[in-house]
Amino acid sequence: MAPVTAAVTAVATRLRGRKYLILAVLAVWVLGWALLHGRDTLELGGAELTPVHSSLNQGMDAIDDGRNSNPFFLYFVNYIRLFLDEAVTFVQALISQPSFGRPLPVLGWLGVTALATGVAFLYGNRKSALLTAAGLISFGLLGLWEESMDTLALTLTAVVLSLAVGIPLGVWAGMSDRFHRVVTPVLDFMQTMPTFVYLAPLTLFFLIGPASATVATMIYAIPPAIRITAHGIRQVSPDTLEAGTSLGATTAQSLRHVRLPMAKQTIIVGVNQTIMAALSMATIAALIDAPGLGQTVLKALQTLDVGTAFNAGLAIVIMAVVLDRVTSAASRRVEAERRAGRLLSPGRRRLQVTGVLGVAAFLCYLSYTYVWAAEFPAQANVGPYVRRAADAASVWVQDSLVGVTEAVKNLLTNGLLNPFEALLTGSPWWLVFAVAVAVALLAGNARAALATAIGLAVLVLLGLWQDSMVTLASTVVATVLVMVLGLVVGVWMGRSDRADTMLRPVLDAGQTMPHFVYLVPLLGLFGPTRFTAIIAAVIFAAPVAIKLVAEGIRRVSPTTVEAATSAGASTWQLISKVQLPMARSGVTLAASQGLIYVLSMVVVGGLVGAGALGYDVVAGFSQHQLRGKGLAAGLAIVVLGIVLDRVMRAATQRADAAAHGGQPHN
Amino acid sequence: MTNSRSGKVRALVLVTGMGLFLNACAGAKVGETAAPAAGGGSAKACGTLNLAINPWVGYEANAAVIAYVAEKNLGCTVVKKDLKEEVAWQGFGTGEVDAIVENWAHDDLKKKYIDDQKVAVSAGPTGNKGVIGWYVAPWMAEKYPDITDYKNLNKYASLFKTSESGGKGQLLDGDPSYVTNDEALVKNLKLDYKVVYAGSETALITAFRQSQKQQKPILAYFYEPQWFLSELKLVKVNLPAYKEGCDADPEKVACDYPPYQLDKIVSKKFADSGSPAYELVKNFTWTNDDQNLVAKYIAEDKMTAEEAAAKWVADNPDKVKAWLPKS
Repeated sequence: MAPVTAAVTAVATRLRGRKYLILAVLAVWVLGWALLHGRDTLELGGAELTPVHSSLNQGMDAIDDGRNSNPFFLYFVNYIRLFLDEAVTFVQALISQPSFGRPLPVLGWLGVTALATGVAFLYGNRKSALLTAAGLISFGLLGLWEESMDTLALTLTAVVLSLAVGIPLGVWAGMSDRFHRVVTPVLDFMQTMPTFVYLAPLTLFFLIGPASATVATMIYAIPPAIRITAHGIRQVSPDTLEAGTSLGATTAQSLRHVRLPMAKQTIIVGVNQTIMAALSMATIAALIDAPGLGQTVLKALQTLDVGTAFNAGLAIVIMAVVLDRVTSAASRRVEAERRAGRLLSPGRRRLQVTGVLGVAAFLCYLSYTYVWAAEFPAQANVGPYVRRAADAASVWVQDSLVGVTEAVKNLLTNGLLNPFEALLTGSPWWLVFAVAVAVALLAGNARAALATAIGLAVLVLLGLWQDSMVTLASTVVATVLVMVLGLVVGVWMGRSDRADTMLRPVLDAGQTMPHFVYLVPLLGLFGPTRFTAIIAAVIFAAPVAIKLVAEGIRRVSPTTVEAATSAGASTWQLISKVQLPMARSGVTLAASQGLIYVLSMVVVGGLVGAGALGYDVVAGFSQHQLRGKGLAAGLAIVVLGIVLDRVMRAATQRADAAAHGGQPHN
Repeated sequence: MTNSRSGKVRALVLVTGMGLFLNACAGAKVGETAAPAAGGGSAKACGTLNLAINPWVGYEANAAVIAYVAEKNLGCTVVKKDLKEEVAWQGFGTGEVDAIVENWAHDDLKKKYIDDQKVAVSAGPTGNKGVIGWYVAPWMAEKYPDITDYKNLNKYASLFKTSESGGKGQLLDGDPSYVTNDEALVKNLKLDYKVVYAGSETALITAFRQSQKQQKPILAYFYEPQWFLSELKLVKVNLPAYKEGCDADPEKVACDYPPYQLDKIVSKKFADSGSPAYELVKNFTWTNDDQNLVAKYIAEDKMTAEEAAAKWVADNPDKVKAWLPKS
């Protein structure tokens, strides 16, 4: 296969006027749509099934039935389940649930706060310690201490296990091209396969309880750890590595002394994303009885109680911010102190550790023994105020902005989304197929075209062509919006530390505030429509794109920037000619992660009127007879993700090559 | 710097230590006033009742009252598990769920878990009647009185146009948990409408609220009993009346949805255990009004499930008495 694709690519590369060719292909598409409108569109009704769906359903039933007799379950899965259950229950016993015959957990609020603050102080800095203390106390003030600790227990367990698995795999993927190629589609699969598809089957494997919730969280949280670690390892400049090799460093040595230290900051971004991903699962995992704040959110949503849901969502956001800041501070600590010349001598450091831990231990003892230090005082509860304020804000927004938002929605839907969707869904499938393959070939390379052909064929086989095209239209529109935001805000953040400090909490909130909290106001503003789904996806996906672009901009070496500035480059020239081009790999990663995050919101979109694949998945989760179709829809989402990602990467590669005037390399 | 820091730390230890010690001596100790152990002196040991909680308020109302009576009158330990329907049914097989106390049909799950795997049994109706159908907001029924007859829907189709409905009227379909025949109905009743999938109860309720506030037309799939109906009295559109078997072929349905007898399902093991909690679940029946009242306590008066149940039980001692096992 490889020689063929290489040959086709070579031919395609030699073609002149590629841009005009792409335009010609698109013109043919529009013409074909006008002539053949409505033929061969492979439509399928909401409750209709194809034989493929029915047989998927039967397959899943067969797995269900085999669970009790199959040795794979008896000996392998069961042990994993036991281990996970024990791990989570143990952490819960320490901080959130009555345990060891006591009516309260081992550590009360004072103990947990003291310990966490102490750790943040010792491994981070004074600022992060203050933030930790404030954050933990705010859980109590919101009236959600126990729920928060349940969520913390589950998240910590899932994050630690995810990192234990993810970072080594990420290092491997960073060192080995072959492993990277193998693992990338698997990660795409894990991140884009909607949780709803595997949530119900998961409880068959791991039963109802913490183990299922942990596994569900890990499936979603491991990929960023692997991906971003690999990215960090790969980014280490070849010159530095060569220098190491020429000095006779072995692979292991260069990994330990060159690659890992240089990639450390990027790896921390991965840790940060892992935490965010794990916390973003808190609500969905609550559908299978995962304890904690997610349940409060879901319960509140049954009665559209935005205030209560927001209150709990706020606690999740605070938790995310605290965990993120402490990990980042820890990563910078040693370096910062050494540079400032105030690294403590070992003896002093030991004294400091002993002192801080001593205080923490004493406070832990108090919270173990005395009720006042164990149970957060119920009088100090500002939760009701937060709730009322959030309710009022939500009602105000819905009532007063609805005129404007209606207009915006109608404009974008009728002007952009509807025509694009009509073109995709109204054309015969074979026409769309041919156009997509041609565009992938012209904009990318033969391999991307092959991936497109296979992917689209799978969509046809899954019996969900039309639904896939509807979802594709919304996804493309949402991704474009995400990248516009990502570039504008990301560049701003990358260039200005103040903007960074100001925006980061907002971005963290966008990523970790449970979708369900802001869906109600969004629905009030935009109604149950595809546009609501697009907005929800942008809220969730833009932060990651922004952060990655900013990270890329920040990594551009200051000397280069200085050189350009002294050469008289204007700000705009500096951004467009120096910083963005040099941050290209960061921007590419932002685009592909942005796309994947948008796709991971397809299902949430299904809950607010996007219909199509998202609705199929949700319905499959809720109705037994639609389970097969839900699985097929989940697979279709994954396929869309892989195809779009491949085409996008190939196109960037080609653009890069063109910019350097060389041949595109595969 | 380093010197003063360790000095500060030491001072901090001393000061907080002293302060806390002085405070602490006054505080109550953990475990001293432990809550009274669960399980009063009932005639027959009840043990644990694992109650699935499906995610809607009506269900929670049933579960709250059953849990309250089981704990207070029978001395059971009730463990509530928040689960979606299908996951809850799976729990029968693994022994993690004892009872589901408001089941909407789910014939396929009944076949799988009751008939085939024989891990679950029916525990009789809850007394609640489920209704599924098409509804309009109250202001519409007032303004267009004849809109409640499906024959007039085409006349009004242009009112219901939205950005999603492709030039036709929009029929908003919603909750993926329930079976819908709406696409077939639209086709077979020759209505000029397009089914748009709102995808969740939240989306439906928000749409109805906005419709009433902004006087924006809406026609949507909904159901009773539902707490939201006590906030906004939606008006049902009459489709051709349901007759036994008229929905046999899903492609050719041209009649209203059947009335649902909501029922309770328990695990086989639980039914055979002789637990008084099983008797309670089996005997439990009440009316739609009862459930709506408790649901209203929870949804609108923001009571916790326990408070709502306690209030209702205190007001209805006779009904509760009829559910208790005769011993």
